[in-house]
Amino acid sequence: MSAIFFYNFIFYSTAVIAVVATLLMITRHNAVHALLYLIISSLSMAIIFYLLGAPFAAVLEVIIYAGAVMILFVFVVMMLNLGHRSVEQEAAWLPAKGWIVPSILAAVLLMLLVAGLGEPENLRGVHLVGVKEVGIVLFGPYLLVVELASFLLLAGLVGAYHLARRSTPPTPKYGDAQSHFTPVSDSEADEAATDQRIEEGKA
Amino acid sequence: MTDAVIIDHAFILAAILFCLGLTGVLVRRNLVFVLISLEVMLNAAGLAFIAAGSAWGQADGQIMFLAVVTLGAAEVAVGLGLTLLLFRRFNSIDIDQLNKLKG
Repeated sequence: MSAIFFYNFIFYSTAVIAVVATLLMITRHNAVHALLYLIISSLSMAIIFYLLGAPFAAVLEVIIYAGAVMILFVFVVMMLNLGHRSVEQEAAWLPAKGWIVPSILAAVLLMLLVAGLGEPENLRGVHLVGVKEVGIVLFGPYLLVVELASFLLLAGLVGAYHLARRSTPPTPKYGDAQSHFTPVSDSEADEAATDQRIEEGKA
Repeated sequence: MTDAVIIDHAFILAAILFCLGLTGVLVRRNLVFVLISLEVMLNAAGLAFIAAGSAWGQADGQIMFLAVVTLGAAEVAVGLGLTLLLFRRFNSIDIDQLNKLKG
């Protein structure tokens, strides 16, 4: 009985933390503060995944979202180097009346989503799906997903590199290139061959 | 743990987080914040997959979560590259600048 109580307590408190952190994240003016709230949201989501019986997904959430993606965001915020003027600019970009229509739209969508869930009696309870089951299924019937994920990540890597690199120095014109590169002309090669034949004839 | 209500509430949590991320995407004009909100939306979709996989006791939900995470990582890499490109070209990351097709 107490185990179920603790399970429910941890689940609901973590869910509240996730919602509050996300709410604070979308209302921040400073990008670094928003990223810190996104880390809190990701970590609480990882706890919820663990409570839902998916430890592998919880580990992935911590490693990929709170680790890799967050580092990517932090690097880009550092490279943009917006400084203090960005906070004032954000405040100017977010008037209070700009929140009204998107909030109403999101609230209507939320009501539709919750109404479409149906009765909770139709659902089954929480089942533990461990790493072993996930691995067997992932490298069995879902092997194509792994291949597609590798393609997708490679495309993302190449695309990000191509987009984010500095503009390359202009390629040298054809006239400039000729001054550095003088190909051996055919006549010179022919002369060398004739000289060699003359030497052979003398011998 | 055979508490079926937990699964239902996990779905509701996923819906709330999705709508919060959608609000962020709609409200924000800074491209970095739009990408962060998109990450929240993808995360909420992943939570729905995890909850469904947990309800049925199958590993397929976690496989789909893996696919969502991969998609999110690739999307954020390309999106942040586009952000850097936009900042270099316009010296601003206002997405309203993007309505001018000619840079």
